[in-house]
Amino acid sequence: MKRFKTTKGMIGIILLLLIALVAIVGPMVIPPDAATAMDMRARRAPPSLTHIFGTDQLGRDLMYRVILGTRTSLEIAVSAVVMSIVLGLPLGLISGYFGGFVDNVLMRLVDTLLAFPALLLALTISAVLGPNIQNTIIAIGVAFTPYLARIIRGEALRVAQMPYVEAARSAGTTDLMIMWRHVLPNILPAVIVQGTISLAFAILAEAGLSFLGLGTQPPAASWGLMIQASRDQLDIAPWTALVPGLAVALTVLGLNMFGDVLRDILDPRSK
Amino acid sequence: MKDIVSVDHLRVEFATGDGPVVGVQDVSFTIAPGETLCVVGESGSGKSVTSLSLMRLVEFGGGTITQGALTFMRADGTTLDVTAASSQVMGQVRGNEIGMIFQEPMTALNPVFTIERQLTDGLMLHKGLTQEAASARALDLLKSVRIPEPERRLRQYPHELSGGMRQRVVIAMAMACEPKLLIADEPTTALDVTIQAEILALINRLKRENGMAVLFITHDMAVVAQMADRVVVMYHGRIVETGTVEQIFENPQENYTKALLAAVPKLGEMKGKAAPERMRLIGDEAARAAQTAPKSRKPEVLLQVKNLTTRFPVKGGILRRTVAQVHAVEDVSFTLNVGETLALVGESGCGKSSCGRSILRLIEPTSGEVWIGGRDIGALNHHDLRRARADMQMVFQDPFASLNPYRRLKAQVAEPIQNFGLASGTDLEARVVQLFDRVRLPREFMTRFPHELSGGQRQRAAIARALAVNPKLIVADEAVSALDVSVQAQVLNLMMELQEDLGLSYLFISHDMAVVERIAHHVGVMYLGRIVEIGPRAAVFDNPQHPYTQSLLSAVPIADPRKRRFADDLAFKPITSPIFPLSYQPAKSTYTEIAPGHLVLNA
Repeated sequence: MKRFKTTKGMIGIILLLLIALVAIVGPMVIPPDAATAMDMRARRAPPSLTHIFGTDQLGRDLMYRVILGTRTSLEIAVSAVVMSIVLGLPLGLISGYFGGFVDNVLMRLVDTLLAFPALLLALTISAVLGPNIQNTIIAIGVAFTPYLARIIRGEALRVAQMPYVEAARSAGTTDLMIMWRHVLPNILPAVIVQGTISLAFAILAEAGLSFLGLGTQPPAASWGLMIQASRDQLDIAPWTALVPGLAVALTVLGLNMFGDVLRDILDPRSK
Repeated sequence: MKDIVSVDHLRVEFATGDGPVVGVQDVSFTIAPGETLCVVGESGSGKSVTSLSLMRLVEFGGGTITQGALTFMRADGTTLDVTAASSQVMGQVRGNEIGMIFQEPMTALNPVFTIERQLTDGLMLHKGLTQEAASARALDLLKSVRIPEPERRLRQYPHELSGGMRQRVVIAMAMACEPKLLIADEPTTALDVTIQAEILALINRLKRENGMAVLFITHDMAVVAQMADRVVVMYHGRIVETGTVEQIFENPQENYTKALLAAVPKLGEMKGKAAPERMRLIGDEAARAAQTAPKSRKPEVLLQVKNLTTRFPVKGGILRRTVAQVHAVEDVSFTLNVGETLALVGESGCGKSSCGRSILRLIEPTSGEVWIGGRDIGALNHHDLRRARADMQMVFQDPFASLNPYRRLKAQVAEPIQNFGLASGTDLEARVVQLFDRVRLPREFMTRFPHELSGGQRQRAAIARALAVNPKLIVADEAVSALDVSVQAQVLNLMMELQEDLGLSYLFISHDMAVVERIAHHVGVMYLGRIVEIGPRAAVFDNPQHPYTQSLLSAVPIADPRKRRFADDLAFKPITSPIFPLSYQPAKSTYTEIAPGHLVLNA
């Protein structure tokens, strides 16, 4: 069991390191313009020796585009999820811990945001702020916040009723310290799990925004943009969806494995 | 007569990531028809694994029977080798020829089925009865377990019944196919003492009327004394000792059995003694000798509670308005002297925990006054209340839940000291070391996490945390209820020692009358939010005046097989509810003083 956990963790870490390497080094080592150069004679070419992953509808090499897209996709997804945690964690924590009136006010606010589909919300924000990377991050980060806040509130509500929280209160610990020392460590596993899942959705949300012309602007590449573009050629050129899709799947797999192990490392009971 | 069950050199292993772990080994016993065999042991002794093996249910928990023979005599007179039986045959045996009662009646019943459905399913499956015949039989069964208004109960769901009634339904389910063997795994552990008495009497009567054998699994020696014909004592997956109930209780051979029996408090053994006494522990003679004669203190009031009332709103309707109130604590008054213990006893829902929490203002009382050392706790603002908490600490029931799993014990014990800025740096370190020594926890435990400790050790850590700020009052809410009996005795002795040395006052909230009899100076009996009787321990136990106190005391099982109390079915008491409409104005609690300090609630 233990060994399995560590191998799982190693695989996760190796995957994430590889992806990070591609994101950082990739754009520097690929030939300039390789990812944007169009070859109209080789449109939708299946994987071959000249184009290992095949080409898209404009004859651009998919391998180079995936490498180029890694940085954009991860930059946006990771920043957006970090932002939604930074916003959602205090919201959910305060709401769940104090309950009552505070909880009612904060959660009605969150419910209002939840009433709009996340993508529509992101779309509105992005449209108002204008299309660039920072604004895409803000749009997705804000749109994801209510989901995170909801989950954290539920966990905080559960932990706040544990006897060790009551014990801390009767020992004269202030509310702020109880939240920091007792509630936060005990809800962290849920935050980690939700965070890794959100990353996958954030990559796809960026795709949606790009599709509507508000996210990544062509000819720049992102995984989401590539998946979105492959939509109407799935039957004749499935690799155009498969290649970026695989990149998303591997990233999420690596994150999930790493997230599981991280959660176990943080939990003293699993040692 | 041939034995119904014979277990021969049973060995059960559990596969884990670190290789196989032995659950039980070398376990052998037999059960004759009409006999009650009690398997007794502390947690982790393998008693449940043994019973689950008999049903071959142990496989569903990841266990494997690796050695030994389990023979069961079936209804048609043939013998069945349980270890080799096919799952089809076991399906016929389970619930049909062997009935089982579980510990927690709420989880043993499926919440979405009516009582009728729960009872008829097994009958239709095993006996091939039609729906009508099964329903008729279900009604008979409910009558045989003496549930009031059985016709109405059939159409009800489990949550609509009280705990005692639910356990009666579970027993009716186990009895439905007239099994030859009834396995009862801690059937009364989750129940109140008066309901426990009813259920034990019911099992006894059903056994007598149907001539079935009973395998009764429990950790409670007093229940064993009341129920068993023969006893198997288990420890660490092995049988320590086997014998008739009289042999085991009067002439135990093994040291473990002797130690187990010694640690059990027997109700009534403190008759004629005024002061509390330490628990008996074998091998702890030195500590017992060290017990000084109770210091005669001048009675000095520490805690004074006046007309304390706590009510919880019951919300209802679309607008979530308050539609009724739970009268959890109703006009409770008492005083507690420095260096003394007041025990609040009563059954679940009587308000004893709410009373303790209201005093510490962990929940806000509705009205009333709480004075600790000349300070009105109820009048303090948020800031002063936090300061005042240094004087009053709490020890909780569940030592697993009352320590934060993510923090080292050192940090948790140090937390109250840091909160009040009492010490820091090396002073703090020294103080924590001193506290660990004080509760006799090894110093190397300071850097450990709670899950690395046993239940008793955790409770010691929780006591160390409560002691950290030198409190005057400790509210102990069922502080030893979750512990095994020998560990319970050690923790109780530690608490009494601390009381003598530090002059602590305890508000000891408990449902266990035998424990209370040993450790309390004063006892208050609570029922439906009120104290119905309060006074010196000797007066309340030796001369109970209120009918509720009397019924409570008569329901306590005594750890002596010659003092059996539950031969006949006991009268079923209706459940009373502490929920009243908003307009309800309860009468004041008025008391008659029948002896100095001994008060009884006027009806």
